[in-house]
Amino acid sequence: MSLIEVENLKVHFPIRGGVFQTVKDHVRAVDGVSFSIEQGQTYGLVGESGSGKTTTGRAIIGLNDITSGKVMFEGRDLATVSRKEYIDVRKDIQMIFQDPFSSLNPKKRVGDIVAEPLRNYENLSAKEERIRVQELMELVGLSPEAIYKYPHEFSGGQRQRIGIARAIALKPKLIIADEPVSALDVSVQAQVLNFMREIQKELNLTYLFISHDLGIIRHMCDHIGIMYKGRYVEHGTAEEIFTNPQHIYTKRLIAAIPDSDPRNREKHYANRKLVKAEYDRLEKDFFDEEGLPFSLKAISATHQVALGERG
Amino acid sequence: MNDVLLEIKNLKTSFRIKDDYYAAVDDVSLNVRKNEVLAIVGESGSGKSAFAFSIMGLHTRAKIEGEINYKGNNLVNANANYMKQLRGSEMGMIFQDALSALNPLMVVGAQIDEAIFLHNPKISKSLRKKQVINLLNQVGIPRPEKTYYQYPHELSGGMRQRIVIAMAISNQPELLIADEPTTALDVTIQSQILDLIKELKDTIHAGIILITHDLGVVAEMADRVAVMYAGQIVEIADIYTLMENPQHPYTRSLLNSIPTLAEVKSDLHVIQGVVPSLQNLPRTGCRFASRIPWIKDSAHEASPELHEISHGHFVRCTCYKDFYFPEKSEEERNYVAN
Repeated sequence: MSLIEVENLKVHFPIRGGVFQTVKDHVRAVDGVSFSIEQGQTYGLVGESGSGKTTTGRAIIGLNDITSGKVMFEGRDLATVSRKEYIDVRKDIQMIFQDPFSSLNPKKRVGDIVAEPLRNYENLSAKEERIRVQELMELVGLSPEAIYKYPHEFSGGQRQRIGIARAIALKPKLIIADEPVSALDVSVQAQVLNFMREIQKELNLTYLFISHDLGIIRHMCDHIGIMYKGRYVEHGTAEEIFTNPQHIYTKRLIAAIPDSDPRNREKHYANRKLVKAEYDRLEKDFFDEEGLPFSLKAISATHQVALGERG
Repeated sequence: MNDVLLEIKNLKTSFRIKDDYYAAVDDVSLNVRKNEVLAIVGESGSGKSAFAFSIMGLHTRAKIEGEINYKGNNLVNANANYMKQLRGSEMGMIFQDALSALNPLMVVGAQIDEAIFLHNPKISKSLRKKQVINLLNQVGIPRPEKTYYQYPHELSGGMRQRIVIAMAISNQPELLIADEPTTALDVTIQSQILDLIKELKDTIHAGIILITHDLGVVAEMADRVAVMYAGQIVEIADIYTLMENPQHPYTRSLLNSIPTLAEVKSDLHVIQGVVPSLQNLPRTGCRFASRIPWIKDSAHEASPELHEISHGHFVRCTCYKDFYFPEKSEEERNYVAN
């Protein structure tokens, strides 16, 4: 059984207007998304800004209300579990946020920040708590004395590791990482990514990795889902997505990544123009009248593409 | 060479912190040629933006020393009126955040119109409007007549960046400075904007200084690259040399730390330590030494200089000769202990 199964998840936000602030319409931020993640794997959710990838992550962890659909975590549906049971489940799902500068309370000491989930769920004495927090600090490569400092005394990469320490404090099973390295410099990025992979092995963690950077997604993920306007356009293993993309949107996304070899520059530029032309020509076949992708069709056991009737 | 557009000699830009001046840009010398893209690469805090702002004369409180020679004039501490004339006409700048670079209370057409008017007040209103529409066309805006009357908030991020570019090229600049022009944009939009800058370069023949931290963007765009670390240029070379035969330890580490599509690495290289802050910068010796502690001290120069190791390829300090990547050890796993 998969650790988490998301089935036809929808998150709609109401648009209110008029004199009485009545609901006029809905923004379909997430509009029918399904995927599952096996224990110990990394699942990448890719898309441009506004594609609904972050909303999907936030809906799973309960920060956005689910309009319809199922989120099955270890066989329990998170959309319908009782509040009491939910508190229990919530312990196993943690989140790493994008911006390490705004996700840590500047008024709290690092020790208190990391201890907060422990205080919520475990009855520890002050001494036990300090030992646990110091262990966590060591695990993320920070000195144990760091618990007496404030977040502003740390660099971006260190702060992101504090965020990770907080996320792994309760030994969760699933971590939702929403653009965990986008705000960091390249050298620090590498540090955090390596570290995330290390603790994944050590603690047998499962990641839902949300990012717009395809290079990082390729580096981190086993399976990938590509989102566009709240829906999936393609889903498959990392290998399938990168070597054999089928949807024109995926092709365009991959063609847009800068090539690291300057000698390929002209070729890459020509290819981009070609893919763009193909995109314009075939747009009707891949998107419906509203410009939304069709529903997914399986083209192999693991590879699904949103193809229309003719495509 | 007479195709040199801008000659920068020993530029030093210092900021005052508690009664002391600290150099954010320290002894930078380089030339920008006509019709080339010079990329300046570095992490945050390396001084790349401070460098660009110095050229444009946008620093208000910094102490700037050295020379920036442009058409026989030294722009360092030049007359404010003269700088005002240059900015927006002969020198254009594209900023990172298009939304804050535009006036939210003016329709975008009027903002571009203003940029033309300020430098060419004699052009008639109707001609200016024609020029603005042309510019909007040139930067690939689909319905220029309609977009002219739209406010910045009505446009998407990519469209806004196009407006900023239109404004920057409105007076056929000879020098264009692009400060992280695509960092805030999605990949597909990024590639469109980069292609646009490339195409514009071929029509306006400007020298372009591209400031970025993204080596992928550099590989796509640059003719020459200068790598900056802690306020200094540590390596400068043409793009092929730099990507295929990088020498300075910082350049090599940086290239090794990015995940690419071409090869899937099991582990990314991690540069130890952090970029030192302005006040804690080592002012003597090799500034990168503290981040490659396994290289012996004698490999570094006492006062590192740029050495020309092949034509047009400069590397700072001698430590590149002895540099190697360490085997991954247990110690490295426990990096950073404050």
